[in-house]
Amino acid sequence: MQVYLPIADLPVNIFLILGMGLAVGFISGMFGIGGGFLMTPLLIFIGISPAVAVASVASHIAASSFSGAISYWRNRAVDIALGLMLLGGGIVGTATGVWLFTTLRSLDQLDLTIGLSYVTLLSIVGGLMVYEGVRGILRARKGMSPIVRRPGSHNWILGLPLKMRFRRSKIYVSTIPVWAIGFIIGFVGAIMGIGGGFLLVPMLIYFLRVPTSTVIGTSMVLTLVTMASATLMHAATNHLVDAVLAFILMVGGVIGAQFGARTGQRMRSERLRLLLGVLVLAVGLRFAYELVVTPDQLFSIRVVESAP
Amino acid sequence: MKRLRLLTFALVSLAGTMPAAAEHLVVSLSNHRVAINSNFIGEELVLFGTIEPDPNSSLRSANYDVVVTVIGPVKTFRTRRKAQVAGIWVNVDSREFLKVPSYLATLSNRPVSDIAKPEALRRLQIGLDNMILTQRVGGDFADTVHDDPFRAAFVNLEQQSGFYSERSTGVTFLTSSVFRANISVPANASIGNYAVEVKLFTNGTVLAATTSAFEIIKAGFEQYVANAALNQSLLYGLATTMLALLTGWFASVVFRRD
Repeated sequence: MQVYLPIADLPVNIFLILGMGLAVGFISGMFGIGGGFLMTPLLIFIGISPAVAVASVASHIAASSFSGAISYWRNRAVDIALGLMLLGGGIVGTATGVWLFTTLRSLDQLDLTIGLSYVTLLSIVGGLMVYEGVRGILRARKGMSPIVRRPGSHNWILGLPLKMRFRRSKIYVSTIPVWAIGFIIGFVGAIMGIGGGFLLVPMLIYFLRVPTSTVIGTSMVLTLVTMASATLMHAATNHLVDAVLAFILMVGGVIGAQFGARTGQRMRSERLRLLLGVLVLAVGLRFAYELVVTPDQLFSIRVVESAP
Repeated sequence: MKRLRLLTFALVSLAGTMPAAAEHLVVSLSNHRVAINSNFIGEELVLFGTIEPDPNSSLRSANYDVVVTVIGPVKTFRTRRKAQVAGIWVNVDSREFLKVPSYLATLSNRPVSDIAKPEALRRLQIGLDNMILTQRVGGDFADTVHDDPFRAAFVNLEQQSGFYSERSTGVTFLTSSVFRANISVPANASIGNYAVEVKLFTNGTVLAATTSAFEIIKAGFEQYVANAALNQSLLYGLATTMLALLTGWFASVVFRRD
């Protein structure tokens, strides 16, 4: 069944979009991530303009992270203080990212930047996750207990000044790395059109040693706030949010997320991390492939301005 | 009367390329307003036309040719070219096509190159190769030759997406003086006014010309949403955000396990 999208200005198959929402929602529920790094490229692939895709995915992520955040909130697994600190850095990062986005777009190098940042970021993060995951599983095979936390190799980060106690997470760390992480997430999110959950969760675990009990809940609240404000900003400034597209994605996404979360809870956490690592790495390699292989079409067209 | 007819005939034969006003083209479009609803998947418009021959002239034979040109709302496009730099493919240069049609269709009853001479086609801007597509090359504005790589790539890409087309079977004659043309509008065609120019040829010269038009508009729910997004953008953004939160909340209630 075809439905015409009023802002994206093209008809799409409603079941295809619903299916994409379900699939990405399943993955996001399973790993506790937003799934923007999967959804945005998928939408662009089916012909939706990158700008509309980025703007509409924001509201889709807001919906699925809100649904997740509610259940984590009920289980008292959200560290509000930590979330607010991250958000402070995130706002600065987003503003910087949006500025760079506009500059690169006018230089016609936005595609390349997005491509390169996807490749670099996803390959590195995915590679690290796969490495960690494989090591954890091998350790478990040998009968050793899997590492719950990495040994203290990042002590100097935690020892920086301006320390603060985060009660819910039971950590006492410097606020400088917290702001820095928030900044990176906001910056990357603005450039790549992703929520950044897949980056935030490992960063919080490895650098700040936030316990697993609060890390996903806190990450979800942060994602919710940034994505809800991104929706509002995109709608108010660029008029690019397609409510029809967003709604179909949301419905699929929240349903998928519930089933994903159930599957995720039944799986062992090392295996889950390995799987996410493989997924992230695969998307990264896909982008690398696109940059290196000779394109079918050397020319591309972009509408610069529409006459009134 | 007879002398006048002879005189006219003599004048026409002398002038050769001068259009004779005597033939009349009457055309009618099946639809002047294409409304985009939520189930819009493109549309096929039909143009019917009759050629009313000059009542004073029985000399003209019936070898008429009809060319229909449909021009959609203008937009400025940038065509970018990729090249390999240090192993990866990068956009290296680009050209801007200034205010060119976002939709362009040339329909005729036989290949336009058979209908008139290249110079005439060029002057009348008939066919994709002869349409003037203004480019910005640095600080200059120009239309380059039709085999310029950027122009060729632009036209080629637009043809692939169905926005540009040239069909030599697009016009069919039902009788020697009644014809029809099918204009297909792709589903993602731009909103706005579309001009339809119909030209009647015989032996390579224009006998008569007429124009018609249609518009593509958003209707109903689509129009409502598009208007809200543009005119009440903050409210629209708030509504979308609320919708997201409601959907999320609803899901957490429906799927609550405790």
